[in-house]
Amino acid sequence: MIEINPELCDLCGTCVSVCPADCIELDEMKLMIDNSKCTSCRICVRICPFEALKLVG
Amino acid sequence: MLTEYDVVVVGGGPAGSTAARFAKTATNTVAMFEKDREIGIPVRCAEATSAPDLERFVQVNPTWIANLIRKARLISPSGHEVKINLPADGAVLNRRLFDNGLAEIAANQGVEVFTKANVYKVEAESDHTWKVFIKHVKRDIVIKAKIVIAADGVESRMARFAGIRTQTVPKDIESCVQSLLGNIDVTEDQIDFYFSSKLAPGGYVWVFPKGNRTANVGLGVNCGNYDGRCAADLLDAFIADKFPQAARLTTTAGGVPVAKSLKKIATDGLMIVGDAARQVNPVTGGGILAAITAGKLAGSVAANAIDAADWSLKNLKEYQVEWDKSIGKDYTRFYNIKEWISQLSDDDLDEIAGLLQKIPPTEINILSIFKVALRNKPALLLDAIKLFAQMI
Repeated sequence: MIEINPELCDLCGTCVSVCPADCIELDEMKLMIDNSKCTSCRICVRICPFEALKLVG
Repeated sequence: MLTEYDVVVVGGGPAGSTAARFAKTATNTVAMFEKDREIGIPVRCAEATSAPDLERFVQVNPTWIANLIRKARLISPSGHEVKINLPADGAVLNRRLFDNGLAEIAANQGVEVFTKANVYKVEAESDHTWKVFIKHVKRDIVIKAKIVIAADGVESRMARFAGIRTQTVPKDIESCVQSLLGNIDVTEDQIDFYFSSKLAPGGYVWVFPKGNRTANVGLGVNCGNYDGRCAADLLDAFIADKFPQAARLTTTAGGVPVAKSLKKIATDGLMIVGDAARQVNPVTGGGILAAITAGKLAGSVAANAIDAADWSLKNLKEYQVEWDKSIGKDYTRFYNIKEWISQLSDDDLDEIAGLLQKIPPTEINILSIFKVALRNKPALLLDAIKLFAQMI
């Protein structure tokens, strides 16, 4: 599953634009990941400008 | 807020405000919803565009323009500099004021504008309308719309509710970080681009002066060229090297599509504009001009469709046709150029820069580059240089 570090996340939405499983969503205050749909492809981990996302487990 | 609008625009950036402005007529109702607390911030943009192009769409308020640009410098990996005189004035905008200004113009036309209003879902209804789900400040609201214009940026999810896949492959997204630097020495009327796999793999570093010893300094990394270094770390390294004394007045991240525009940007009752539709110049990453071009087209098409009381694809596909005919067809060509540039090695870039350096600096302008490129290099290179010179 993907873990978000909220202190690093800038809410830029770059991860949302690439997630092939469409499991990331953004509102004004936070990024949300539906880990039940996540395929652990790590594209979001590599694309995050601030390295705010991490694959765990 | 009404319970039903003819047109709902999701997102209050330049694409959304322009679409809303052109959708509004004396007889219809239009609302625009922005998820953030203020139109225009945070600024996730390097803010450069072409001044004359802007004026084709809107009467430009002087406060929107932070600084005018007349020259560009392309810097190769080993430091060869290619200087270009821009054929038309470039502008580094104050996006916060620019975005606010465009929203005000829409509002003065009668568009209802809401901030802190996150449209998180739309659902197609059997009566050819949309159910629009909004979290507005602390209330959950559901309203109806005949037409939805999705201007919800690179993170767009609206189109997906209409069955249009917007997910972009990693090599077609640049992962970007930018700081507004203060207390730096730059040539105020000149923008710089640094190309190097060491500084920004698959992308470039930009230095766009904003006046008073400030500049937007940022970089984009192509996610297809990811080498383990994130954009933020690369920018830290660049700034420490080139501007060690700088004040970092802002730091923001952003994803820039360098993709082909979406194939399908209109469907029954829905159109997609701007970054959401990947309407960005894939070579430069510039999206402002595309956003307002698409916004105007989609807004006008929406107004006509409401007038005609038929907002099915039949009446909305004109947007798709007009987009493809205008910037869309150029951007498809530019996408191929981007693909070509992305496979150039640092040695290739140095060689190309060396060739261009043989033009005497006093004679370098777009025409002389045109002539040299025509004689020496394939047509693709020529197109790439024209692109940067125009800063679209």
